[in-house]
Amino acid sequence: MTSQIAPALMPLRVRGGVWWLLGAFLVAVMLVSLSTGNYQVPVNHVVGILVSSWWPVEVTWTPVEARVVELIRLPRVLIAALVGASLALAGAALQGALRNPLVGPQIVGVSSGAALGGVLALFLALGTAAVIGSAFVFGALAMLIAYSMARVSGNSSPLTLVLAGIVVSAFCSALVSLLTYLANPEDSLPTIVYWLMGSFATTSFDKVWVVGGVLLLAGLPLVLMRFRINVLSLGDEEAQSLGIPVERTRWAVLALCTALVAASVSVSGVVDWVGLVIPHFARLLLGPDHRKVLPASMLMGAAYMVIIDTLARSLTSAEIPLGVLTAIVGAPIFAWLLRQSSRRGALHD
Amino acid sequence: MIEVTDLGYRHHARSPWVFKHHSLSLKKGEVGAIIGPNGRGKTTLLKALLGLIKPQQGSVTFAGLPAYVPQGTDTSFPYRVRDLVVMGRARTLGLFASPSREDYRLADEAMARVGIEALANRRLTELSGGQRQLVLIARALASQCDILVLDEPTSALDYHNQNRVLAVLEQARNDGVTVLFTTHSPQHALAIADSVLLMFGPDEYRFGPCDEVLTDQQLARLYNIDIRTLPFEHNGQAHRAVVPVFGSMA
Repeated sequence: MTSQIAPALMPLRVRGGVWWLLGAFLVAVMLVSLSTGNYQVPVNHVVGILVSSWWPVEVTWTPVEARVVELIRLPRVLIAALVGASLALAGAALQGALRNPLVGPQIVGVSSGAALGGVLALFLALGTAAVIGSAFVFGALAMLIAYSMARVSGNSSPLTLVLAGIVVSAFCSALVSLLTYLANPEDSLPTIVYWLMGSFATTSFDKVWVVGGVLLLAGLPLVLMRFRINVLSLGDEEAQSLGIPVERTRWAVLALCTALVAASVSVSGVVDWVGLVIPHFARLLLGPDHRKVLPASMLMGAAYMVIIDTLARSLTSAEIPLGVLTAIVGAPIFAWLLRQSSRRGALHD
Repeated sequence: MIEVTDLGYRHHARSPWVFKHHSLSLKKGEVGAIIGPNGRGKTTLLKALLGLIKPQQGSVTFAGLPAYVPQGTDTSFPYRVRDLVVMGRARTLGLFASPSREDYRLADEAMARVGIEALANRRLTELSGGQRQLVLIARALASQCDILVLDEPTSALDYHNQNRVLAVLEQARNDGVTVLFTTHSPQHALAIADSVLLMFGPDEYRFGPCDEVLTDQQLARLYNIDIRTLPFEHNGQAHRAVVPVFGSMA
Protein backbone atom coordinates (compact mmCIF):
# COMPACT_ATOMS: atom_id res chain seq x y z
CA MET A 1 0.00 0.00 0.00
CA THR A 2 1.63 3.23 -1.08
CA SER A 3 -0.39 5.56 1.09
CA GLN A 4 -3.91 6.77 1.53
CA ILE A 5 -3.10 10.08 -0.10
CA ALA A 6 -1.90 8.62 -3.35
CA PRO A 7 -5.22 7.06 -4.39
CA ALA A 8 -6.99 10.30 -3.60
CA LEU A 9 -4.59 12.24 -5.81
CA MET A 10 -4.62 9.62 -8.47
CA PRO A 11 -7.53 9.27 -10.66
CA LEU A 12 -4.24 9.86 -12.51
CA ARG A 13 -3.59 6.19 -12.96
CA VAL A 14 -1.79 7.34 -16.09
CA ARG A 15 1.80 6.19 -16.31
CA GLY A 16 3.92 8.93 -14.84
CA GLY A 17 0.80 10.81 -13.74
CA VAL A 18 2.32 11.83 -10.44
CA TRP A 19 5.31 13.35 -12.19
CA TRP A 20 3.18 15.48 -14.49
CA LEU A 21 1.18 16.56 -11.48
CA LEU A 22 4.27 17.52 -9.47
CA GLY A 23 5.81 19.32 -12.44
CA ALA A 24 2.62 21.22 -13.21
CA PHE A 25 2.24 22.13 -9.55
CA LEU A 26 5.77 23.57 -9.47
CA VAL A 27 5.16 25.64 -12.61
CA ALA A 28 1.83 26.91 -11.27
CA VAL A 29 3.38 27.84 -7.93
CA MET A 30 6.18 29.72 -9.68
CA LEU A 31 3.75 31.64 -11.88
CA VAL A 32 1.61 32.62 -8.91
CA SER A 33 4.71 33.64 -7.00
CA LEU A 34 5.86 35.82 -9.91
CA SER A 35 2.53 37.60 -9.91
CA THR A 36 2.27 38.02 -6.13
CA GLY A 37 3.78 40.77 -4.03
CA ASN A 38 3.41 44.40 -3.09
CA TYR A 39 3.03 45.14 -6.76
CA GLN A 40 0.46 42.70 -8.15
CA VAL A 41 0.97 41.51 -11.71
CA PRO A 42 -1.86 39.42 -13.23
CA VAL A 43 -0.78 35.86 -14.00
CA ASN A 44 -1.59 36.19 -17.71
CA HIS A 45 0.73 39.19 -17.87
CA VAL A 46 3.42 37.15 -16.13
CA VAL A 47 3.06 34.39 -18.71
CA GLY A 48 3.18 36.98 -21.50
CA ILE A 49 6.31 38.62 -20.10
CA LEU A 50 8.08 35.28 -19.78
CA VAL A 51 7.05 34.05 -23.20
CA SER A 52 7.96 37.34 -24.89
CA SER A 53 11.66 36.72 -24.22
CA TRP A 54 11.62 33.86 -26.73
CA TRP A 55 8.46 34.41 -28.76
CA PRO A 56 6.95 37.58 -30.11
CA VAL A 57 3.56 38.10 -28.44
CA GLU A 58 1.23 41.04 -28.22
CA VAL A 59 2.26 43.32 -25.35
CA THR A 60 -0.59 43.66 -22.85
CA TRP A 61 1.51 44.63 -19.85
CA THR A 62 3.20 47.78 -18.65
CA PRO A 63 7.01 48.22 -18.73
CA VAL A 64 6.96 48.41 -14.91
CA GLU A 65 5.29 45.04 -14.70
CA ALA A 66 7.89 43.60 -17.05
CA ARG A 67 10.70 44.98 -14.94
CA VAL A 68 9.20 43.73 -11.66
CA VAL A 69 8.72 40.25 -13.05
CA GLU A 70 11.94 39.87 -15.00
CA LEU A 71 14.48 41.72 -12.90
CA ILE A 72 13.17 41.48 -9.35
CA ARG A 73 10.97 38.43 -9.00
CA LEU A 74 12.29 36.00 -11.59
CA PRO A 75 15.79 35.57 -10.11
CA ARG A 76 14.25 35.32 -6.67
CA VAL A 77 11.71 32.69 -7.62
CA LEU A 78 14.31 30.74 -9.57
CA ILE A 79 16.75 30.74 -6.70
CA ALA A 80 14.05 29.76 -4.22
CA ALA A 81 13.16 26.81 -6.44
CA LEU A 82 16.80 25.80 -6.89
CA VAL A 83 17.59 26.07 -3.18
CA GLY A 84 14.44 24.13 -2.27
CA ALA A 85 15.29 21.41 -4.78
CA SER A 86 18.91 21.21 -3.58
CA LEU A 87 18.07 21.01 0.11
CA ALA A 88 15.26 18.48 -0.32
CA LEU A 89 17.39 16.32 -2.59
CA ALA A 90 20.31 16.42 -0.16
CA GLY A 91 17.97 15.55 2.71
CA ALA A 92 16.42 12.61 0.89
CA ALA A 93 19.82 11.24 -0.16
CA LEU A 94 21.28 11.61 3.32
CA GLN A 95 18.28 9.93 4.93
CA GLY A 96 18.81 6.97 2.63
CA ALA A 97 22.59 6.79 2.85
CA LEU A 98 22.60 7.13 6.63
CA ARG A 99 19.52 4.88 6.80
CA ASN A 100 17.84 7.25 9.16
CA PRO A 101 14.66 9.04 8.09
CA LEU A 102 15.16 11.62 10.81
CA VAL A 103 18.37 13.20 9.57
CA GLY A 104 18.51 16.37 7.56
CA PRO A 105 21.33 18.29 5.93
CA GLN A 106 22.01 20.09 9.21
CA ILE A 107 22.83 16.78 10.88
CA VAL A 108 26.11 16.04 9.12
CA GLY A 109 27.48 19.45 10.08
CA VAL A 110 27.32 21.05 6.65
CA SER A 111 24.66 23.66 7.44
CA SER A 112 26.35 24.91 10.59
CA GLY A 113 29.75 24.87 8.97
CA ALA A 114 28.47 26.87 6.02
CA ALA A 115 26.73 29.25 8.41
CA LEU A 116 30.00 29.78 10.25
CA GLY A 117 31.80 30.46 6.99
CA GLY A 118 29.18 32.95 5.86
CA VAL A 119 29.09 34.74 9.21
CA LEU A 120 32.88 34.95 9.26
CA ALA A 121 32.90 36.63 5.85
CA LEU A 122 30.13 39.02 6.89
CA PHE A 123 31.96 39.74 10.15
CA LEU A 124 35.05 40.68 8.22
CA ALA A 125 32.83 42.77 5.92
CA LEU A 126 33.99 40.91 2.82
CA GLY A 127 31.93 40.99 -0.35
CA THR A 128 29.12 38.72 -1.52
CA ALA A 129 31.46 36.47 -3.45
CA ALA A 130 33.51 35.95 -0.29
CA VAL A 131 30.38 35.05 1.67
CA ILE A 132 29.44 32.42 -0.89
CA GLY A 133 32.98 31.05 -1.14
CA SER A 134 33.59 31.01 2.59
CA ALA A 135 30.22 29.37 3.33
CA PHE A 136 31.02 26.71 0.78
CA VAL A 137 34.52 26.01 2.07
CA PHE A 138 33.50 25.92 5.72
CA GLY A 139 30.49 23.70 4.97
CA ALA A 140 32.73 21.20 3.22
CA LEU A 141 35.31 21.46 6.00
CA ALA A 142 32.70 20.79 8.69
CA MET A 143 31.52 17.68 6.87
CA LEU A 144 35.11 16.48 6.45
CA ILE A 145 35.78 16.91 10.15
CA ALA A 146 32.58 15.09 11.09
CA TYR A 147 33.42 12.33 8.65
CA SER A 148 36.98 11.86 9.88
CA MET A 149 35.73 11.86 13.48
CA ALA A 150 33.28 9.09 12.63
CA ARG A 151 35.80 7.09 10.67
CA VAL A 152 37.38 4.40 12.79
CA SER A 153 39.76 1.95 11.13
CA GLY A 154 38.55 2.80 7.66
CA ASN A 155 34.84 2.53 8.34
CA SER A 156 32.21 4.99 9.41
CA SER A 157 28.97 3.80 10.87
CA PRO A 158 25.90 5.90 10.11
CA LEU A 159 25.21 6.37 13.80
CA THR A 160 28.66 7.70 14.70
CA LEU A 161 28.48 9.92 11.63
CA VAL A 162 25.25 11.46 12.88
CA LEU A 163 26.71 11.91 16.36
CA ALA A 164 29.92 13.43 14.97
CA GLY A 165 27.78 15.76 12.86
CA ILE A 166 25.92 16.93 15.95
CA VAL A 167 29.23 17.60 17.71
CA VAL A 168 30.62 19.58 14.79
CA SER A 169 27.34 21.49 14.43
CA ALA A 170 27.35 22.44 18.09
CA PHE A 171 30.94 23.63 17.83
CA CYS A 172 30.23 25.72 14.73
CA SER A 173 27.09 27.18 16.32
CA ALA A 174 29.14 28.26 19.31
CA LEU A 175 31.59 30.04 17.04
CA VAL A 176 28.70 31.66 15.18
CA SER A 177 27.35 32.92 18.51
CA LEU A 178 30.78 34.25 19.41
CA LEU A 179 31.09 36.14 16.13
CA THR A 180 27.57 37.49 16.50
CA TYR A 181 28.43 38.64 20.02
CA LEU A 182 31.57 40.38 18.80
CA ALA A 183 29.95 41.92 15.73
CA ASN A 184 29.52 45.65 15.46
CA PRO A 185 25.89 46.34 16.38
CA GLU A 186 25.79 49.35 14.07
CA ASP A 187 26.81 47.60 10.94
CA SER A 188 27.73 43.92 10.68
CA LEU A 189 25.42 42.55 13.40
CA PRO A 190 22.11 43.16 11.59
CA THR A 191 23.55 41.79 8.34
CA ILE A 192 24.72 38.65 10.13
CA VAL A 193 21.44 38.12 11.95
CA TYR A 194 19.33 38.53 8.80
CA TRP A 195 21.64 36.33 6.78
CA LEU A 196 21.52 33.62 9.43
CA MET A 197 17.74 33.56 9.42
CA GLY A 198 17.76 33.06 5.70
CA SER A 199 16.53 35.29 2.92
CA PHE A 200 16.29 35.46 -0.83
CA ALA A 201 15.98 39.27 -0.69
CA THR A 202 19.38 39.99 -2.21
CA THR A 203 19.20 37.63 -5.13
CA SER A 204 20.71 38.17 -8.51
CA PHE A 205 21.11 36.06 -11.60
CA ASP A 206 24.74 35.43 -10.55
CA LYS A 207 23.52 33.50 -7.54
CA VAL A 208 21.03 31.64 -9.71
CA TRP A 209 23.97 30.40 -11.79
CA VAL A 210 25.90 29.35 -8.67
CA VAL A 211 23.09 27.27 -7.20
CA GLY A 212 21.87 26.06 -10.58
CA GLY A 213 25.37 24.98 -11.56
CA VAL A 214 25.93 23.10 -8.32
CA LEU A 215 22.50 21.49 -8.57
CA LEU A 216 23.40 20.27 -12.04
CA LEU A 217 26.92 19.09 -11.18
CA ALA A 218 26.18 17.53 -7.78
CA GLY A 219 22.44 16.88 -7.97
CA LEU A 220 22.44 14.97 -11.22
CA PRO A 221 24.98 12.34 -10.12
CA LEU A 222 23.13 12.05 -6.83
CA VAL A 223 19.81 11.37 -8.56
CA LEU A 224 21.54 8.85 -10.81
CA MET A 225 22.90 7.05 -7.74
CA ARG A 226 19.36 6.47 -6.51
CA PHE A 227 19.44 2.69 -6.74
CA ARG A 228 22.77 2.57 -4.92
CA ILE A 229 21.18 4.67 -2.18
CA ASN A 230 18.39 2.09 -1.92
CA VAL A 231 20.97 -0.64 -1.38
CA LEU A 232 22.94 1.51 1.05
CA SER A 233 19.80 2.09 3.10
CA LEU A 234 19.68 -1.63 3.95
CA GLY A 235 22.67 -1.24 6.23
CA ASP A 236 26.40 -1.53 5.77
CA GLU A 237 26.84 -5.27 6.06
CA GLU A 238 23.90 -6.10 3.89
CA ALA A 239 24.94 -3.59 1.25
CA GLN A 240 28.48 -4.92 1.33
CA SER A 241 27.28 -8.49 1.00
CA LEU A 242 25.26 -7.38 -2.03
CA GLY A 243 28.52 -6.27 -3.62
CA ILE A 244 28.43 -2.51 -3.02
CA PRO A 245 31.57 -0.63 -1.95
CA VAL A 246 29.80 0.85 1.06
CA GLU A 247 32.37 3.32 2.32
CA ARG A 248 33.12 4.81 -1.09
CA THR A 249 29.46 5.08 -2.01
CA ARG A 250 28.55 6.79 1.25
CA TRP A 251 31.47 9.15 0.87
CA ALA A 252 30.28 10.09 -2.61
CA VAL A 253 26.75 10.74 -1.35
CA LEU A 254 28.06 12.88 1.51
CA ALA A 255 30.33 14.91 -0.75
CA LEU A 256 27.57 15.60 -3.27
CA CYS A 257 25.09 16.53 -0.53
CA THR A 258 27.67 18.83 1.03
CA ALA A 259 28.07 20.66 -2.26
CA LEU A 260 24.30 21.08 -2.58
CA VAL A 261 23.77 22.29 0.98
CA ALA A 262 26.80 24.56 1.06
CA ALA A 263 25.77 26.20 -2.21
CA SER A 264 22.25 26.74 -0.86
CA VAL A 265 23.36 28.16 2.48
CA SER A 266 25.90 30.41 0.80
CA VAL A 267 23.25 32.22 -1.26
CA SER A 268 20.27 32.13 1.06
CA GLY A 269 21.53 31.72 4.62
CA VAL A 270 20.41 28.90 6.84
CA VAL A 271 17.07 27.41 5.85
CA ASP A 272 16.44 24.38 8.03
CA TRP A 273 13.60 21.87 7.89
CA VAL A 274 13.20 21.69 4.12
CA GLY A 275 15.66 18.82 3.79
CA LEU A 276 13.99 16.98 6.63
CA VAL A 277 10.31 17.50 5.86
CA ILE A 278 10.07 17.29 2.08
CA PRO A 279 11.50 13.76 1.67
CA HIS A 280 8.85 12.52 4.12
CA PHE A 281 6.16 14.11 1.97
CA ALA A 282 7.66 12.43 -1.07
CA ARG A 283 7.71 9.07 0.69
CA LEU A 284 4.12 9.44 1.81
CA LEU A 285 3.11 10.12 -1.78
CA LEU A 286 5.31 7.62 -3.62
CA GLY A 287 6.57 5.05 -1.14
CA PRO A 288 10.12 4.59 0.16
CA ASP A 289 11.91 3.77 -3.11
CA HIS A 290 14.68 6.35 -3.54
CA ARG A 291 14.43 6.04 -7.29
CA LYS A 292 11.20 7.98 -6.93
CA VAL A 293 11.83 9.82 -3.67
CA LEU A 294 14.92 11.68 -4.92
CA PRO A 295 13.42 13.31 -8.04
CA ALA A 296 10.08 13.84 -6.29
CA SER A 297 11.83 15.56 -3.38
CA MET A 298 13.48 17.93 -5.83
CA LEU A 299 10.19 18.95 -7.43
CA MET A 300 8.35 19.20 -4.12
CA GLY A 301 11.22 20.99 -2.38
CA ALA A 302 11.33 23.56 -5.16
CA ALA A 303 7.57 24.20 -4.96
CA TYR A 304 7.64 24.31 -1.15
CA MET A 305 10.47 26.83 -1.07
CA VAL A 306 8.78 29.08 -3.65
CA ILE A 307 5.58 29.02 -1.59
CA ILE A 308 7.48 29.79 1.61
CA ASP A 309 9.38 32.65 -0.03
CA THR A 310 6.20 34.08 -1.51
CA LEU A 311 4.62 34.05 1.94
CA ALA A 312 7.79 35.52 3.44
CA ARG A 313 7.68 38.57 1.19
CA SER A 314 3.94 39.10 0.91
CA LEU A 315 2.36 38.17 4.26
CA THR A 316 3.46 41.34 5.98
CA SER A 317 4.86 44.62 4.73
CA ALA A 318 8.27 43.69 6.10
CA GLU A 319 9.91 40.43 5.04
CA ILE A 320 9.70 37.48 7.38
CA PRO A 321 13.00 35.59 7.58
CA LEU A 322 12.82 32.31 5.67
CA GLY A 323 14.36 30.17 8.39
CA VAL A 324 11.62 31.35 10.74
CA LEU A 325 8.84 30.48 8.29
CA THR A 326 10.25 27.09 7.27
CA ALA A 327 10.46 26.15 10.94
CA ILE A 328 7.01 27.51 11.86
CA VAL A 329 5.42 25.78 8.88
CA GLY A 330 7.78 22.81 8.81
CA ALA A 331 7.60 21.68 12.43
CA PRO A 332 3.82 21.11 12.58
CA ILE A 333 3.82 19.55 9.12
CA PHE A 334 6.60 17.23 10.21
CA ALA A 335 4.71 16.25 13.33
CA TRP A 336 1.64 15.47 11.22
CA LEU A 337 3.73 13.57 8.66
CA LEU A 338 5.33 11.43 11.34
CA ARG A 339 1.92 10.41 12.63
CA GLN A 340 0.64 9.71 9.14
CA SER A 341 3.61 7.68 8.04
CA SER A 342 3.79 5.61 11.19
CA ARG A 343 0.08 4.94 10.89
CA ARG A 344 0.48 3.82 7.29
CA GLY A 345 3.62 1.85 7.81
CA ALA A 346 5.54 4.04 5.38
CA LEU A 347 8.01 4.29 8.20
CA HIS A 348 8.76 1.99 11.04
CA ASP A 349 11.31 2.06 13.77
CA MET B 1 32.82 -25.01 -3.94
CA ILE B 2 33.95 -23.55 -0.62
CA GLU B 3 37.39 -24.17 0.86
CA VAL B 4 38.11 -22.64 4.26
CA THR B 5 41.55 -23.27 5.74
CA ASP B 6 42.74 -22.41 9.23
CA LEU B 7 40.36 -19.48 9.61
CA GLY B 8 40.81 -17.39 12.75
CA TYR B 9 39.14 -14.22 13.93
CA ARG B 10 39.23 -11.96 16.97
CA HIS B 11 37.63 -8.55 17.39
CA HIS B 12 40.83 -6.78 18.49
CA ALA B 13 44.48 -7.68 18.61
CA ARG B 14 44.24 -8.35 22.34
CA SER B 15 40.83 -9.89 22.66
CA PRO B 16 40.50 -13.67 22.79
CA TRP B 17 39.97 -15.58 19.57
CA VAL B 18 36.32 -16.03 18.66
CA PHE B 19 37.54 -19.04 16.70
CA LYS B 20 40.82 -20.15 15.19
CA HIS B 21 42.20 -22.88 12.98
CA HIS B 22 38.72 -23.62 11.64
CA SER B 23 38.66 -25.44 8.34
CA LEU B 24 35.86 -26.80 6.24
CA SER B 25 35.28 -27.68 2.64
CA LEU B 26 32.18 -28.23 0.56
CA LYS B 27 32.06 -29.42 -3.03
CA LYS B 28 29.82 -27.86 -5.64
CA GLY B 29 26.21 -28.71 -4.90
CA GLU B 30 26.88 -29.83 -1.35
CA VAL B 31 25.06 -28.57 1.71
CA GLY B 32 26.94 -27.77 4.92
CA ALA B 33 25.52 -26.88 8.31
CA ILE B 34 27.25 -25.01 11.12
CA ILE B 35 25.98 -25.82 14.60
CA GLY B 36 27.04 -24.29 17.89
CA PRO B 37 25.57 -22.83 21.07
CA ASN B 38 24.45 -19.21 21.30
CA GLY B 39 27.35 -16.79 21.21
CA ARG B 40 29.90 -19.36 20.02
CA GLY B 41 30.53 -17.33 16.87
CA LYS B 42 28.48 -18.93 14.11
CA THR B 43 27.46 -15.60 12.59
CA THR B 44 30.99 -14.25 13.04
CA LEU B 45 32.34 -17.30 11.22
CA LEU B 46 29.98 -16.69 8.29
CA LYS B 47 30.88 -13.01 8.12
CA ALA B 48 34.59 -13.77 8.29
CA LEU B 49 34.45 -16.31 5.52
CA LEU B 50 32.42 -13.92 3.38
CA GLY B 51 34.92 -11.14 4.04
CA LEU B 52 32.32 -8.88 5.67
CA ILE B 53 34.78 -8.79 8.57
CA LYS B 54 38.48 -9.41 8.08
CA PRO B 55 39.77 -12.68 9.54
CA GLN B 56 43.30 -12.40 10.97
CA GLN B 57 44.22 -15.94 10.03
CA GLY B 58 43.62 -18.42 7.30
CA SER B 59 42.24 -18.34 3.82
CA VAL B 60 38.88 -18.72 2.11
CA THR B 61 38.38 -19.83 -1.46
CA PHE B 62 35.05 -19.65 -3.25
CA ALA B 63 34.73 -21.20 -6.66
CA GLY B 64 31.94 -18.98 -7.90
CA LEU B 65 29.92 -16.06 -6.64
CA PRO B 66 28.74 -16.17 -3.01
CA ALA B 67 25.57 -14.53 -1.74
CA TYR B 68 24.69 -13.90 1.88
CA VAL B 69 21.30 -14.24 3.52
CA PRO B 70 21.38 -12.41 6.86
CA GLN B 71 19.21 -13.43 9.80
CA GLY B 72 16.82 -10.65 9.06
CA THR B 73 16.77 -7.30 7.39
CA ASP B 74 16.11 -4.20 9.35
CA THR B 75 15.67 -1.25 7.07
CA SER B 76 13.98 2.00 7.98
CA PHE B 77 12.47 2.00 4.51
CA PRO B 78 9.78 -0.64 3.84
CA TYR B 79 10.49 -1.40 0.19
CA ARG B 80 8.27 -3.56 -1.96
CA VAL B 81 9.33 -7.19 -2.11
CA ARG B 82 10.14 -7.01 -5.82
CA ASP B 83 12.29 -3.90 -5.36
CA LEU B 84 14.09 -5.60 -2.51
CA VAL B 85 14.72 -8.80 -4.43
CA VAL B 86 16.08 -6.88 -7.42
CA MET B 87 18.73 -5.43 -5.11
CA GLY B 88 20.36 -8.83 -5.41
CA ARG B 89 21.46 -7.54 -8.80
CA ALA B 90 23.36 -4.59 -7.27
CA ARG B 91 26.74 -6.25 -7.76
CA THR B 92 26.35 -6.16 -11.51
CA LEU B 93 25.08 -2.58 -11.70
CA GLY B 94 27.31 0.45 -12.09
CA LEU B 95 27.32 3.44 -9.78
CA PHE B 96 24.73 5.36 -11.77
CA ALA B 97 22.73 2.41 -13.05
CA SER B 98 19.27 1.25 -12.02
CA PRO B 99 18.02 -2.29 -12.59
CA SER B 100 17.04 -3.08 -16.16
CA ARG B 101 14.12 -5.13 -17.43
CA GLU B 102 16.49 -8.13 -17.48
CA ASP B 103 17.39 -7.56 -13.82
CA TYR B 104 13.70 -7.52 -12.92
CA ARG B 105 13.20 -10.70 -14.95
CA LEU B 106 15.91 -12.42 -12.89
CA ALA B 107 14.32 -11.09 -9.72
CA ASP B 108 10.93 -12.47 -10.78
CA GLU B 109 12.55 -15.79 -11.59
CA ALA B 110 14.19 -15.92 -8.16
CA MET B 111 10.86 -15.12 -6.49
CA ALA B 112 9.24 -17.94 -8.46
CA ARG B 113 12.00 -20.33 -7.37
CA VAL B 114 11.16 -19.78 -3.72
CA GLY B 115 7.44 -19.49 -4.41
CA ILE B 116 6.76 -15.91 -3.39
CA GLU B 117 5.58 -14.42 -6.71
CA ALA B 118 2.33 -13.47 -5.03
CA LEU B 119 4.14 -11.23 -2.57
CA ALA B 120 5.91 -9.16 -5.25
CA ASN B 121 4.05 -5.93 -4.55
CA ARG B 122 3.75 -6.27 -0.79
CA ARG B 123 5.89 -4.25 1.56
CA LEU B 124 8.47 -6.03 3.67
CA THR B 125 6.91 -4.71 6.88
CA GLU B 126 3.63 -6.45 6.07
CA LEU B 127 5.21 -9.89 5.83
CA SER B 128 5.56 -12.66 8.40
CA GLY B 129 8.94 -13.90 9.55
CA GLY B 130 8.81 -16.90 7.22
CA GLN B 131 7.90 -14.78 4.23
CA ARG B 132 10.71 -12.33 4.97
CA GLN B 133 13.20 -15.17 5.11
CA LEU B 134 12.05 -16.37 1.70
CA VAL B 135 12.35 -12.81 0.34
CA LEU B 136 15.97 -12.63 1.51
CA ILE B 137 16.73 -16.01 -0.03
CA ALA B 138 15.13 -14.88 -3.28
CA ARG B 139 17.29 -11.75 -3.23
CA ALA B 140 20.39 -13.89 -2.86
CA LEU B 141 19.28 -16.18 -5.70
CA ALA B 142 18.59 -13.16 -7.91
CA SER B 143 22.31 -12.46 -7.87
CA GLN B 144 22.72 -15.78 -9.73
CA CYS B 145 25.07 -16.91 -7.03
CA ASP B 146 26.90 -20.25 -7.03
CA ILE B 147 27.23 -20.31 -3.26
CA LEU B 148 24.49 -19.52 -0.77
CA VAL B 149 25.54 -18.62 2.77
CA LEU B 150 22.66 -18.29 5.23
CA ASP B 151 22.61 -17.20 8.84
CA GLU B 152 20.00 -19.17 10.78
CA PRO B 153 17.50 -19.21 7.93
CA THR B 154 15.00 -21.24 9.95
CA SER B 155 15.17 -19.52 13.31
CA ALA B 156 11.88 -18.14 14.57
CA LEU B 157 9.91 -20.04 11.94
CA ASP B 158 7.10 -22.51 12.51
CA TYR B 159 7.33 -26.10 11.18
CA HIS B 160 5.54 -25.27 7.95
CA ASN B 161 7.90 -22.42 7.16
CA GLN B 162 10.97 -24.37 8.30
CA ASN B 163 9.91 -27.05 5.83
CA ARG B 164 9.48 -24.46 3.09
CA VAL B 165 12.89 -22.92 3.65
CA LEU B 166 14.59 -26.31 3.78
CA ALA B 167 12.83 -27.32 0.56
CA VAL B 168 14.06 -24.12 -1.10
CA LEU B 169 17.63 -24.84 0.03
CA GLU B 170 17.40 -28.41 -1.30
CA GLN B 171 16.06 -27.07 -4.56
CA ALA B 172 19.01 -24.67 -4.77
CA ARG B 173 21.38 -27.55 -4.09
CA ASN B 174 19.77 -29.56 -6.87
CA ASP B 175 20.36 -26.58 -9.16
CA GLY B 176 24.07 -26.89 -8.40
CA VAL B 177 24.32 -24.20 -5.72
CA THR B 178 26.62 -24.89 -2.79
CA VAL B 179 24.78 -24.12 0.46
CA LEU B 180 26.23 -23.30 3.87
CA PHE B 181 23.95 -22.38 6.75
CA THR B 182 24.05 -21.97 10.50
CA THR B 183 21.30 -23.45 12.63
CA HIS B 184 20.27 -24.31 16.15
CA SER B 185 18.52 -27.40 14.90
CA PRO B 186 20.62 -30.54 14.36
CA GLN B 187 17.43 -31.96 12.87
CA HIS B 188 17.69 -29.52 9.96
CA ALA B 189 21.28 -30.55 9.40
CA LEU B 190 20.17 -34.20 9.32
CA ALA B 191 17.40 -33.30 6.91
CA ILE B 192 19.41 -31.62 4.18
CA ALA B 193 23.12 -31.32 5.01
CA ASP B 194 25.92 -33.47 3.62
CA SER B 195 28.49 -32.17 6.11
CA VAL B 196 28.28 -30.46 9.43
CA LEU B 197 30.62 -28.30 11.48
CA LEU B 198 30.20 -28.35 15.26
CA MET B 199 31.70 -25.38 17.08
CA PHE B 200 32.72 -26.59 20.52
CA GLY B 201 35.06 -23.79 21.46
CA PRO B 202 37.40 -21.16 20.02
CA ASP B 203 39.93 -23.69 18.82
CA GLU B 204 37.90 -26.85 19.00
CA TYR B 205 35.54 -27.93 16.28
CA ARG B 206 34.52 -31.01 14.41
CA PHE B 207 33.80 -31.05 10.69
CA GLY B 208 32.67 -34.08 8.73
CA PRO B 209 29.80 -35.98 7.16
CA CYS B 210 26.50 -35.63 9.03
CA ASP B 211 26.23 -39.27 10.01
CA GLU B 212 29.68 -39.34 11.59
CA VAL B 213 29.59 -36.01 13.36
CA LEU B 214 26.02 -35.78 14.60
CA THR B 215 26.20 -38.44 17.28
CA ASP B 216 24.61 -38.49 20.73
CA GLN B 217 28.00 -37.93 22.38
CA GLN B 218 29.02 -35.00 20.22
CA LEU B 219 25.65 -33.26 20.56
CA ALA B 220 25.62 -33.81 24.32
CA ARG B 221 29.07 -32.28 24.52
CA LEU B 222 28.06 -29.36 22.35
CA TYR B 223 25.01 -28.34 24.34
CA ASN B 224 25.85 -29.81 27.76
CA ILE B 225 22.58 -31.71 27.88
CA ASP B 226 21.70 -35.33 27.08
CA ILE B 227 20.61 -35.65 23.48
CA ARG B 228 19.43 -38.85 21.79
CA THR B 229 19.14 -39.45 18.11
CA LEU B 230 16.40 -42.04 17.64
CA PRO B 231 16.04 -44.00 14.40
CA PHE B 232 12.64 -44.17 12.73
CA GLU B 233 11.23 -44.96 9.33
CA HIS B 234 9.17 -42.75 7.06
CA ASN B 235 7.98 -43.86 3.59
CA GLY B 236 10.46 -46.69 3.70
CA GLN B 237 13.38 -44.37 4.38
CA ALA B 238 15.54 -44.46 7.51
CA HIS B 239 15.60 -41.21 9.48
CA ARG B 240 16.91 -40.07 12.81
CA ALA B 241 15.07 -37.83 15.23
CA VAL B 242 17.09 -35.56 17.50
CA VAL B 243 15.57 -35.50 20.95
CA PRO B 244 17.04 -33.39 23.73
CA VAL B 245 16.36 -34.77 27.21
CA PHE B 246 15.39 -31.58 29.00
CA GLY B 247 16.20 -31.54 32.70
CA SER B 248 19.34 -33.60 32.18
CA MET B 249 22.95 -32.48 32.30
CA ALA B 250 25.53 -34.19 30.17
